Amino acid sequence: MRSDLSTGRASDAPHYVSDFADEAVVQIDSVKLDERRSNLWIDAWRDLRRRPVFWVSGVLILFITVVALFPGLFTSVDPRFCDIAKSNAGPEAGHVLGYTRQGCDVYARIVTGTGTSLSVGLIVVLLTSVLGILFGSLAGYYGGVVDAVLSRAGDIFFSIPYILAAVVIMSVLSAHRNIFVISLAIGLFAWPSTARVMRAEVMRVKNADFVMASIALGLSRFRILLRHVLPNAIAPVIVISTISLAAAITAEATLSFLGVGLPNSIMSWGNDISQAQATLRTEPMPLIWPSLALIVTVLSFILMGEALRNALDPRARARR
Amino acid sequence: MTRLLEVVDLEVGFRTGNGVVKALNGVSFTIDRGESVAIVGESGSGKSTTAAAIINLLPGGGEILGGKVLFEGKDLAKASTAELEEVRGKRIGFVPQDPMSNLDPVWSVGFQVRETVRANGLATDRAGAKAKSIEVLQQAGLPGAEQRFHQYPHQFSGGMRQRVLIGMGLAANPSLLIADEPTSALDVTVQRRILDHLDSLTENSGTALMFITHDLGLAAERASKLIVMYKGRIVEAGPSLEILRNPRHPYTQRLIAAAPSLASRRIQASGAGEVAPVASGEQQAALEVEQLDLASAAEHRLQHEDARREAGDAIVVDELTKVFKIRQGGFRSTEFTAVDKVSFSIPKGTTTALVGESGSGKSTVAKLLLGLETPTSGAITIDGRRTDALTGRARFELRRRMQPVFQDPYGSLDPLMSIGSIIAEPLTVHGVGDRASRRQRVLELLDQVALPRVLAGRYPNELSGGQRQRIAIARALALKPEIVVLDEAVSALDVLVQAQILSLLAELQEELGLTYLFITHDLAVVRVIADNVCVMQKGRIVEQAATDEVFDNPREQYTRDLLEAIPGASLLAS
Repeated sequence: MRSDLSTGRASDAPHYVSDFADEAVVQIDSVKLDERRSNLWIDAWRDLRRRPVFWVSGVLILFITVVALFPGLFTSVDPRFCDIAKSNAGPEAGHVLGYTRQGCDVYARIVTGTGTSLSVGLIVVLLTSVLGILFGSLAGYYGGVVDAVLSRAGDIFFSIPYILAAVVIMSVLSAHRNIFVISLAIGLFAWPSTARVMRAEVMRVKNADFVMASIALGLSRFRILLRHVLPNAIAPVIVISTISLAAAITAEATLSFLGVGLPNSIMSWGNDISQAQATLRTEPMPLIWPSLALIVTVLSFILMGEALRNALDPRARARR
Repeated sequence: MTRLLEVVDLEVGFRTGNGVVKALNGVSFTIDRGESVAIVGESGSGKSTTAAAIINLLPGGGEILGGKVLFEGKDLAKASTAELEEVRGKRIGFVPQDPMSNLDPVWSVGFQVRETVRANGLATDRAGAKAKSIEVLQQAGLPGAEQRFHQYPHQFSGGMRQRVLIGMGLAANPSLLIADEPTSALDVTVQRRILDHLDSLTENSGTALMFITHDLGLAAERASKLIVMYKGRIVEAGPSLEILRNPRHPYTQRLIAAAPSLASRRIQASGAGEVAPVASGEQQAALEVEQLDLASAAEHRLQHEDARREAGDAIVVDELTKVFKIRQGGFRSTEFTAVDKVSFSIPKGTTTALVGESGSGKSTVAKLLLGLETPTSGAITIDGRRTDALTGRARFELRRRMQPVFQDPYGSLDPLMSIGSIIAEPLTVHGVGDRASRRQRVLELLDQVALPRVLAGRYPNELSGGQRQRIAIARALALKPEIVVLDEAVSALDVLVQAQILSLLAELQEELGLTYLFITHDLAVVRVIADNVCVMQKGRIVEQAATDEVFDNPREQYTRDLLEAIPGASLLAS
């Protein structure tokens, strides 16, 4: 019988023993600690820091926020002062983007309208997150009847396109059109998608052994939900919230464009686009500028959502 | 004559975010025609990478950086895709690790076998392909192959699926079959039957077998040559028995000392009395070998057994039954008895093992005991108090005295909590001590499970599986419980780490007088750790006795089957 085993090194010895004794007597399972601490959020931050997309969208979002909070820093022109003689006039000194059909300053109106768009986005996200997290986690965690009732309720809201629902609500409440009412109209029908994501995550986390261990400790079910399940299930909701913020800004513009959104007295990109469309063929610029502002804002939030998704994705986490 | 397979200085690297990480560092070995070779190693040793590199099927980012894979004289490392496809399946068969995910659930089993048959050109027409496929399934030992041809993978058990995969691997009568942990996901008795069958198939057809496993006992039993790998290198290679009896490398020595299957056999071989010493070569590693030697650890336990006071029973389980309702669509449901009139008792300060294969109901017993499920009938008495009579406060108090450790080291710690807060959680929940004293207790517990104190401020994902399991043990001990329920607590760990945790558990028991309920599917581990054994099958306890009694004089056929299925039977007994 040929029992030789070629080793590549030593000759064809039947019993080969390697010579790296040092390595083999390394302490078994010794603790090798990185200098740096690490958990989901710390890792996500390290991951994000390396992504150009995160920085680009982050800087843009920061800029948009500053514009929304302090419009006075960017323009000293009164957006409400309109000179009909300058209707659709081109750019000139002090009015870099020209004039709207009513003869108002386009740049000043865009700067002032930023606050409106961002407020609507934030209020809607706050609303959908609160409703979505509340209903989604209760449905996923308690299951059974609670799940059946909440999920079907969500399905009913989900089956009505939220833009359509918002159009109806805004038409009915035409006397009270303001930022809160329009946010409510959008958010009331947009929460089920957040709730669905939350429910799925909670159902995944609630079966983990660390939840079992906590039950065995005698921790009450509700406290387990707050202490262990929610923090571990929240990441995808953050991702989806960033994207739904962008969607809410678009929805506001859409409603205003359709004439059922904010009244003309409130500065809004949607209103500006709506008013500029009448002269789109002859004078496209008053429509293009606010559209561009809308696109940049929405894109920033969507890109931020993408970056967060990559950093917080459970599969990306499993890679570690 | 050229060798069947000659691997020369094989180097494989994986591309990661931080450059290329080497997985294989100059691996060389040969396999002759008809020979069986086993590659043994822990996770991360590079054994599966070696197998994948041979047929050039490295997972994403993997790349052969150097060396040759000469198969029948031809270098597969440099072969084109077309040439490789010609070799895969036809000349080299492959049996993957996980029978659950390696069959496509949307196609019938017959369809998938026929696909293999046709891809390898074993039959050209429809009827011929079907006939050949049925033949393949019959050869693989699938009863009623013709009837089951049109069934889908979910209608097959794990063992049956693995038979199908083995059949597919051998369909084209290849000259080499690579089996990557083919039975690790299966119960031991199924494993034994399948490997027996695989042996006879390869022997009849003269197929060489390359067998990858983490179980040294299994490797030595099934292969004539052993290759032991560690960190991408071969540390020792040679004839199986020679390596087992006379391991020369310190790593191999430690591996042999720590393998439960071999330790169990060693205890068996030496009789209930003294334990045969491990053959030790290098002096420097001898100390660690001793620490990891499961056989001598078991011996140590026996010596100290007398010292334990007979202080009555910590747990008494009487006629415990749990019936689950399984919904069958619509409003109908059937009843499934997971635990059927189970009775046993555990004396204080001792370890009782609950052994059984998957589906035997052993984990359900643990859940009932821990109050995670409510029993359908029967009684659990802990320290003289029936648990079903307890409500609210008393039940909460009871939880202090009984704590669990679960199987999955990656799922049992909340990833968002620092290790300090994880260990302190039981103390906060039960309102024990103030902040400072809790912190002190956390540090004490870290010492007890032999982990550095700095870990208190760190997070679980910085730790290995074994270290996480230590944290889980520390958490379980935080409230100074009397009883610890260990549900497959060492099953997911590599052998060396497993041995470490087992000795840690034994030390803690001696020190703190703990009572363990040790739930496992691995009878070999039981021999090392338990005083009493309950063997479970289909929800019932079929045999129950002191450990030595069960191992030396098993009364039930099922127990005998389980014992025989522990690998390494023929190796060290003489």
